[in-house]
Amino acid sequence: MTTHRRAAVLGGNRIPFARQFGPYAEASNQDMLTAALEGLVARHGLAGERLGEVVAGAVIKHSRDFNLTREAVLGSSLSPDTPAYDVQQACGTGLEAAVLVANKIALGQADSGIAGGVDSASDAPIVVPERLRRKLLRLNRAKTAAERAKAAVTIRPTDLGVQVPANTEPRTGMSMGQHMALTAERWGVTREAQDELALASHQNLAAAYDAGFFDDLMTPYLGLTRDQNLRADTTIEKLGSLRTVFGDGPGATMTAGNSTPLTDGASAVLLGSQEWAEEHGLKPLAWFVDGETAAVDYVSGDEGLLMAPAYAVPRMLARQGLTLQDFDLYEIHEAFAATVLSTMKAWEDEEFCRERLGLDAPLGSIDRDTLNVTGSSLAAGHPFAATGGRILATLAKLLHEKGSGARGLVSICAAGGQGVVAILEAA
Amino acid sequence: MARADGYTTFVSSGFGKKLATTLGLPQPVPLRRYVPGGPLVDGPVLVGGHADTPAVTALRAGLTAAGATLTEVVPDGARLGGVVVDLTAAETPADLESLRATLAPALKRLGRCARVVVVGRRPGTSGSVAQQAARRALEGVTRSVGKELRAGATANLVLVTEGSEGAALGTVLFLLSGRSAYVDGQVFRVGEGGAVDAPADAEHPLAGKVAVVTGAARGIGADIARTIARDGATVVCVDIPAAGASLADVANEVGGTALQVDVTATDAGARIAEHARTRHGGLDLVVHNAGITRDKLLANTDEDRWDSVLQVNLLSILRMNEALLAKDGLRDGGRMVLVSSIAGIAGNRGQSSYAASKAGVIGLVDGYAADRALRRRGITVNAVAPGFIETEMTAKIPFATREVGRRLNSLSQGGLPVDVAETIAYFAADAQAAVTGNVVRVCGQSLLGA
Ligand SMILES: NC(=O)c1ccc[n+]([C@@H]2O[C@H](COP(=O)([O-])OP(=O)(O)OC[C@H]3O[C@@H](n4cnc5c(N)ncnc54)[C@H](O)[C@@H]3O)[C@@H](O)[C@H]2O)c1
Repeated sequence: MTTHRRAAVLGGNRIPFARQFGPYAEASNQDMLTAALEGLVARHGLAGERLGEVVAGAVIKHSRDFNLTREAVLGSSLSPDTPAYDVQQACGTGLEAAVLVANKIALGQADSGIAGGVDSASDAPIVVPERLRRKLLRLNRAKTAAERAKAAVTIRPTDLGVQVPANTEPRTGMSMGQHMALTAERWGVTREAQDELALASHQNLAAAYDAGFFDDLMTPYLGLTRDQNLRADTTIEKLGSLRTVFGDGPGATMTAGNSTPLTDGASAVLLGSQEWAEEHGLKPLAWFVDGETAAVDYVSGDEGLLMAPAYAVPRMLARQGLTLQDFDLYEIHEAFAATVLSTMKAWEDEEFCRERLGLDAPLGSIDRDTLNVTGSSLAAGHPFAATGGRILATLAKLLHEKGSGARGLVSICAAGGQGVVAILEAA
Repeated sequence: MARADGYTTFVSSGFGKKLATTLGLPQPVPLRRYVPGGPLVDGPVLVGGHADTPAVTALRAGLTAAGATLTEVVPDGARLGGVVVDLTAAETPADLESLRATLAPALKRLGRCARVVVVGRRPGTSGSVAQQAARRALEGVTRSVGKELRAGATANLVLVTEGSEGAALGTVLFLLSGRSAYVDGQVFRVGEGGAVDAPADAEHPLAGKVAVVTGAARGIGADIARTIARDGATVVCVDIPAAGASLADVANEVGGTALQVDVTATDAGARIAEHARTRHGGLDLVVHNAGITRDKLLANTDEDRWDSVLQVNLLSILRMNEALLAKDGLRDGGRMVLVSSIAGIAGNRGQSSYAASKAGVIGLVDGYAADRALRRRGITVNAVAPGFIETEMTAKIPFATREVGRRLNSLSQGGLPVDVAETIAYFAADAQAAVTGNVVRVCGQSLLGA
């Protein structure tokens, strides 16, 4: 168990992402995750195969989905002898799952594995108010008819009602968008810069589709063959005409066009050791070099909710002896256009890098032509836990096309003030 | 895999059968289809023919080894599973009497879905005119017998090369078996080759082979994938990216791989060859099955419509084959099977583009089969030409037209995708090394273009 070997990204699959209440409105997380696995299994000829493990998760989960990933495996063509477990780290779920699988492979505890994620904003669990839930449990515990009657009469019409889970931070009561608006203001991120980033996302994603880039990364689902949110023909004028939805007053900059929409979807990434890959006729696309997570204190207002990756990346760079410019490609998850822009501004800022990161000099800037080159969440959509898998498979393929040694950086922010980042290197 | 149509089920029931007899309606029977582990034929096989019957002599041991009970006399009381009549020694039309004498009494004693296999010689250029006439006469007899047979029985002709009679074993076994359920009134040409050995594993004649099937997401292609996987092949399932969901289901069902590629893409052949090589170590069988129709009278056919059919059904095959028939494509001894159509033989109103493409496919077979370099590499190229096959495609035809299409053949029913697939699997087996350049119709002896 002292072996340390490299884990490779061997391929990926996802279903096209659908808008909330769109074509996947009736699909459950388990349905979608199973579909993503089935496409991955078919692409890599894994039917009947026992893998080391499958690790995946969902951010919004029904209580019945306590063993979501294992159930999806049992519903797939993989060998039923393939173990599985669920993880949940908000929007970092998919990437964190990959870190876990890659680490086990590196340690020699597994030879192969799948990391994935799924989320449905449509088929969301509905929760009854806390007061009603307690009363219902009391009713359920009641043994005699008299006890039952007594418990039942305590339920008042005012107790009734349902709560649909909201994208709200429990400790601040603020939505993610409201949090982001504060950070955008802090970093002086303009409306124009956000719209430009959103436009680039749509244009890059559309171009990638037209070039057939996703032919071996995606399997259609329920009649959808492309991400439903993609607006190939959007323009800076159209984006500029949208009204702001987060932030207050004339200074507000965030719109539905430069924020990710609620979406449904699933993704899965195949990882393995070099030997396992060879035995299965598969070529490593990229090595999973390293991963790092960070969290920030957004509750006190000390740092922005989605700024944790700004801290995770320099720690990982230092460990690897790399600079921010040592990468051929960057994938920064577009939770909001402002997230990407704030993060990059922070890395360019001397004071932030000195005071917050304890660095002598700023990390510097990123060549925008190397950022999210086949589009990101603004265009594709962002079914929370599915984003990590989407990005990993995309980046691994892009790096492989660039040639051996090409390096890529992944950065994903997550609710709870967290962030997961990783480095891939073309095999 | 699809079931027999409702009408066939109905007229096979007690009441339905009576009604159909009274009204003189066609009486299709459920066909005998191959089931792994089942018997080769249901009942003894009568063997006979003219003079010293050299083909029967060459095939006897192989037929027996495959489980056939051979007999020289029509048995009392029992039903025959099949008849093999050897006319390879016929020198003049007068010798055809041997055929009549063998077949006539046997035809009255055939069991359900029995098989008549006539074996003759390929009409050569060196023999006498009388010999040519005798050889050609066999086609007329076989086709007529096919039309006389009832209850799912079929008649086919196998033409062999002198000295290579043993090379026809695989073909004769195919025709006797349930694999050829919907193959009727066809002529198979077997070239020069040694006697074939039975495969090491009779139930998996394609064991160890790597195959590519285009258009595998549904319909006939999906059943081709299932059938050759059942026979032991590892299958690369190819279809357009938009069909990826059902393609994945088929690939996972057969334990193969899914490759989302449009066959008209310029690099389709290279990508398929590379996938087969890197994933599975090589390529032994290519089945060009992907196809589309864009039906319209020629007068109303614009350039786009015309072009799309020709691109998918014909030009893509030519382009892909540059990579698939190159040195690092199909392995020596490899097989290629193309999917034509009876529309490509008979033509069809409103299908000029489709018929052009499917007739062109037959031209491809002729061209490749004559290619000496491919022959030297032991690569065979054949085609199937399906008739009316029950698929999603034909389910969309209006009812009346569909009923006519279904019944206008000697078996009075449509074929199933698996029938086409079985014929492809037959071409694909090692045993068919001497079978190239054939276009076999899987049409139940359709009247169209016959
Ligand atoms: N069904 C019949 O009765 C019949 C009769 C004669 C011949 N055929 C031939 O048999 C073959 C299969 O027919 P079917 O009835 O199963 O049709 P089908 O339409 O059910 O299936 C054809 C498959 O080919 C795929 N395909 C189409 N264009 C493609 C492309 N550019 N690249 C990759 N894949 C592509 C389709 O997506 C589909 O999955 C065709 O060549 C057809 O012409 C069918």
